[in-house]
Amino acid sequence: MSRVLLALEGNDIAPRFDLAPEVLILSSGEDGQPGESKDLVLARPSAETLCHVVAAENIETVVCGGIEDEYLQYLEWKKVRVIHSVIGNAESVLEHLRDGTLKSGDILLKRRDA
Amino acid sequence: MSELSLDFFSVLDEIPIGICLINKQREILFINQALEALTGFSRLQCEGLPCSHVLRFNKCFENCPVAKAGARERCVQEGDIINQDHQKIPVRVSFSPVPGLNGDVSAYMETVEDLRQVRNFDPERIHPFSFGRIIGRSEQMEKIFKILPVVAQSDAPVLITGQTGTGKDLLAEAIHHASTRVKAPLVTFRCGALPEPFAESELFGLEKDAFPGAEKKAGKFRLAQNGTLFLAEVCDLSPSLQTKLLNYLYEKTVYPVGGARSIPADVRIIAASSRNLDQLAQEGSFLKELYFRLNAISLHLPPLKDRSGDLRLLLDHFLHARASLLNKTIAGFTDSCLRKLEEYTYPGNVLELRNIVEYAVNLSQGDRIGIRDLPAYLTENFEDLEPSMLAAASRPSSPDGETGGALEWSELERKMIVNALLKANGRRNKAAELLGWGRSTLWRKMKQHGIVSGSGAGHE
Repeated sequence: MSRVLLALEGNDIAPRFDLAPEVLILSSGEDGQPGESKDLVLARPSAETLCHVVAAENIETVVCGGIEDEYLQYLEWKKVRVIHSVIGNAESVLEHLRDGTLKSGDILLKRRDA
Repeated sequence: MSELSLDFFSVLDEIPIGICLINKQREILFINQALEALTGFSRLQCEGLPCSHVLRFNKCFENCPVAKAGARERCVQEGDIINQDHQKIPVRVSFSPVPGLNGDVSAYMETVEDLRQVRNFDPERIHPFSFGRIIGRSEQMEKIFKILPVVAQSDAPVLITGQTGTGKDLLAEAIHHASTRVKAPLVTFRCGALPEPFAESELFGLEKDAFPGAEKKAGKFRLAQNGTLFLAEVCDLSPSLQTKLLNYLYEKTVYPVGGARSIPADVRIIAASSRNLDQLAQEGSFLKELYFRLNAISLHLPPLKDRSGDLRLLLDHFLHARASLLNKTIAGFTDSCLRKLEEYTYPGNVLELRNIVEYAVNLSQGDRIGIRDLPAYLTENFEDLEPSMLAAASRPSSPDGETGGALEWSELERKMIVNALLKANGRRNKAAELLGWGRSTLWRKMKQHGIVSGSGAGHE
């Protein structure tokens, strides 16, 4: 059983962990099949609230955008794997998570030529 | 953007304030070198991305000017960003529409000003016997204050020596702020914090695909472009990184990991060490040539016990600063408390003194700090501690039995934590409050000192 939390803003990974207004929590069984999912809307987004959610929900992996060092160290100390600085929508992030290829700093958003 | 020539972008690169050009869809067209350094994103990485994902400016999510229909006015907002180094940086962002040839808005320009230096300048913190944030009126400190303006104006490397807790990082900060490089960043790199392969890429940068899966990374030298790079505990650099640093001091260029091309870097080096570099160089564990190059200007911060007259000044300063922060009215110390504080030798130097005062102010209920408010290790034996806490408090912090200021301070810090936990009946939130630390700082330090077991990590 593995539990993953995605810090979201709309359908995308929120650019900042401390300002993510919404989180998606997903569970999967030992066979990798998706289990329950939960969508939480945070009344007052803050890094402390999110850390609390991570601890309360026994999250093993957090996927987020920019995160302050203090909270990154705290989560890693709590043995939570943090895949940070990710830019992309929830769907493509989950796809890469399932493949086991998602890593910190990944930019998965399709962009037009600048 | 076709009407803009390449020279225009080169001009933007020379401006020491972060600049970002975005289109009407809020996608990034260009960022200059200063913004690359501030955000940690390279230009190539962020082209075409929504600006909120790169800038991570908190106001982007509350009050984005482009999101407002018909944003045609210039506006200025203050807030903070979180960069790729996980630092939260206070910034001022000014936002202006850029008209096209037909007069309609064709793009927007954002300038991003780093406010760290401005925020650090608090008139209430200016002290008559100080330079930057360093306070002292002893003869030794006055000598340092006298030469600091000259040192700051020079561009030569500086080597700062002194025991743990003497304020080497504050001295580096003061030199940077008094120098002509003040508009550019002061970037700190703790040389012993990372294993060598990570330290090399963190310091000198990393090219994309340097190894499978590697992403391009700017590196501290690039982030400090036109500014100052502070190398804390330079004695902890590995021999190969010492050679690379020496190479930079000769050539003023750096080679990112996996890159064949050298990159010019205009960075002033300030190095610090709590160990005797001269001795390490004699023993062969530090490159002699690098020592001589870094030692172009040498500043030594004396231990607090040798700074005659500074103890009282520092006690009063930290007392008033902390009391004011907590909105407490504390007039001073009782005579017996003052005697106790003056008798103590402060192996952890100013850092330990500050922690003791902050602890006492947090705990104090009266209008004067008394002996009862001091950490127990100053006033009591540890006979009444629980056995497990006592074991944690007395455990040596280094298995090799190393001695010196760093070790003694580490032990004292551990004892302060244990003492605060006891006073707070094991409640970590309360203990953190007593110590004047954030909860995560206390957790981190408890872990560092081995006071908490893995299973107990999640308790309040």
